[in-house]
Amino acid sequence: MGGLGEKIRLDDAGTVVHLTPVHQTIIDLIPEGTRVMDLGCGEGDLMLALKVKKKVRAEGIELSEACIQACVAKGLFNVHHGDLDEGLADYPDKSVDFVILTNTIQVLQRPMFLIREMVRVGKRCIVSFPNFAHWSVRWQLFVRGRMPKTDHLPYEWYETQNIHLTTIDDFREFCRKAGLHVLQEVPLRTSRSGQHTGVRFLPNLLADSAIFVLEEGAAPRANSGAARSAPHGSSG
Amino acid sequence: MGCKLSAIMDDPGSVGIVETKYLTFAEPPQEMPLECGRSLGPITLAYETYGELSPAKDNAVLILHALSGNAHAAGFNHPHERQSGWWDIMIGPGKGFDTRRYFVICSNIIGGCKGSTGPNSVNPQTGRPYGLSFPLVTVRDMVNTQKVLIDHLGIDQLLCVVGGSLGGMQVLQWVVSCPERVRLAIPIATTSKLSAQAIALDEVGRQAIQSDPHWKDGDYYGKATPRRGLSIARMIGHITYLSEKSMHQRFGRKLQDKTEYGYNFLADFQVESYLRYKGDNFVNRFDANSYLYITKAMDYFDLAQPYGTLEQAFAGVKAKFLVISFSSDWLFPSYQSKEIVSALRHVGAEAIYTEIQTDYGHDAFLLESEQLTSLITNFLSHGRRRAS
Repeated sequence: MGGLGEKIRLDDAGTVVHLTPVHQTIIDLIPEGTRVMDLGCGEGDLMLALKVKKKVRAEGIELSEACIQACVAKGLFNVHHGDLDEGLADYPDKSVDFVILTNTIQVLQRPMFLIREMVRVGKRCIVSFPNFAHWSVRWQLFVRGRMPKTDHLPYEWYETQNIHLTTIDDFREFCRKAGLHVLQEVPLRTSRSGQHTGVRFLPNLLADSAIFVLEEGAAPRANSGAARSAPHGSSG
Repeated sequence: MGCKLSAIMDDPGSVGIVETKYLTFAEPPQEMPLECGRSLGPITLAYETYGELSPAKDNAVLILHALSGNAHAAGFNHPHERQSGWWDIMIGPGKGFDTRRYFVICSNIIGGCKGSTGPNSVNPQTGRPYGLSFPLVTVRDMVNTQKVLIDHLGIDQLLCVVGGSLGGMQVLQWVVSCPERVRLAIPIATTSKLSAQAIALDEVGRQAIQSDPHWKDGDYYGKATPRRGLSIARMIGHITYLSEKSMHQRFGRKLQDKTEYGYNFLADFQVESYLRYKGDNFVNRFDANSYLYITKAMDYFDLAQPYGTLEQAFAGVKAKFLVISFSSDWLFPSYQSKEIVSALRHVGAEAIYTEIQTDYGHDAFLLESEQLTSLITNFLSHGRRRAS
């Protein structure tokens, strides 16, 4: 999703990171001073932004050697080379406050396995994914009869690594089956100008991506459903 | 030769002509107690330095070498020297360990044969080489002697301690033995303890030396040396430093200087000829007893053992870590580096872990690598800034 992000200046020292609208919403969701693990942390932009803006203790797991080098070049000293499909065996239970997985669940071999690992290691989890039920995806498949390609899903069918695409409604169902408690759902719509806004009306049709905040589902669900909220305005 | 000298002087990335220095300490009766219960003295430690120590003494990098290494890590000891120091690709102006910014020290180890006290040194009590009367030294003993060197150089805290293989074991021992004295640690292609397979391979090498008739229980100095045994030990070692793939790519089944099999036991294959060359070459620059002592020190190395667990061993560490393994290293495989990283995370130490994709096996750390240079350059500069 390289095209969707924007360069954000973090501090007076001129630290600049490349953040997507989803990243910016996640930063709003993370409380200050917490311990955060970013799975598939890439070049470390989200970790660095969280460190500067929210004073978190951040660590990342990343498969790409080049990305780890980029993290080190940013001065991020808590990055481990690892394959998410192998799980988080080296990480003890509840050893971080938040485990974050942005725009990655669709490339995993075993999403259920990793999501269970995430709620084991983290007190809470934040998962974002492109919504495959967005109207533009539906339009391309239903009306044009073609494999959908969008800003969030830019790859040709024969080149994509996205093997487990999902929709907001399907992900909610997946969480129920995985025994997870959905604390918050944030459906998002990104405009051409890169602004992002919450979607309250027909989110499964109108949101192009979504962020879920999850925890292990031991707590009984007192309310009829999960809290649904929009992010704190747009930060374009 | 004049050309060579000017070539050295003109190379902006070389530290140029350097001198190996020697520090002698632990003169009797103040011998240094060793882990085995015995003591050793006097002790001489060979070392080299490159660059300048900053007025604040906060830019010192200690480089520790592998089994067959020495204090001569960079530059040339004299203008006629054919090869530069063993890690010249990483040390010098503009290189990974930039000598314009850092004061780089490379320390030798006791038990070796490269200028520091070892089994081939003369025992002052007998006037004869120690041979097997030299005490078994451990990685912890090696580090204890290096502490004396760092004290001697007037450095309270090292900016960084770095090394590959046995050098990496010394790095780990440094941060555990002296947590307050190390700010950044870079253990490369190493382990907190050898696997049974690695010990087994060491043992085969030692048996090769000890079964050489010239070995004579280590008492061969001034006589014929156990060349065959040491050569075989090195051949075995060399196989473990390469990967199956790199050997295949380099040699395949190619024949040496012939087109047909000889149907005899001369070296038909290039790989045979290469190993014989490596073995013979090593014999001319290494002492067989040192090979026994150093491989044994590696076998004994178990960082966790005195503390119970690796987590407990790391309990007091202050350093930030850059842990590097190589994908095709089967001597100290990546999982052993991951164990180190996992224990570090457990105690809250910051650690970067990366497995570099390479076909070159264990010895990859000695080869030119953009990844290694980039990682080390950024780790050092951010680490220095962060701590100051």
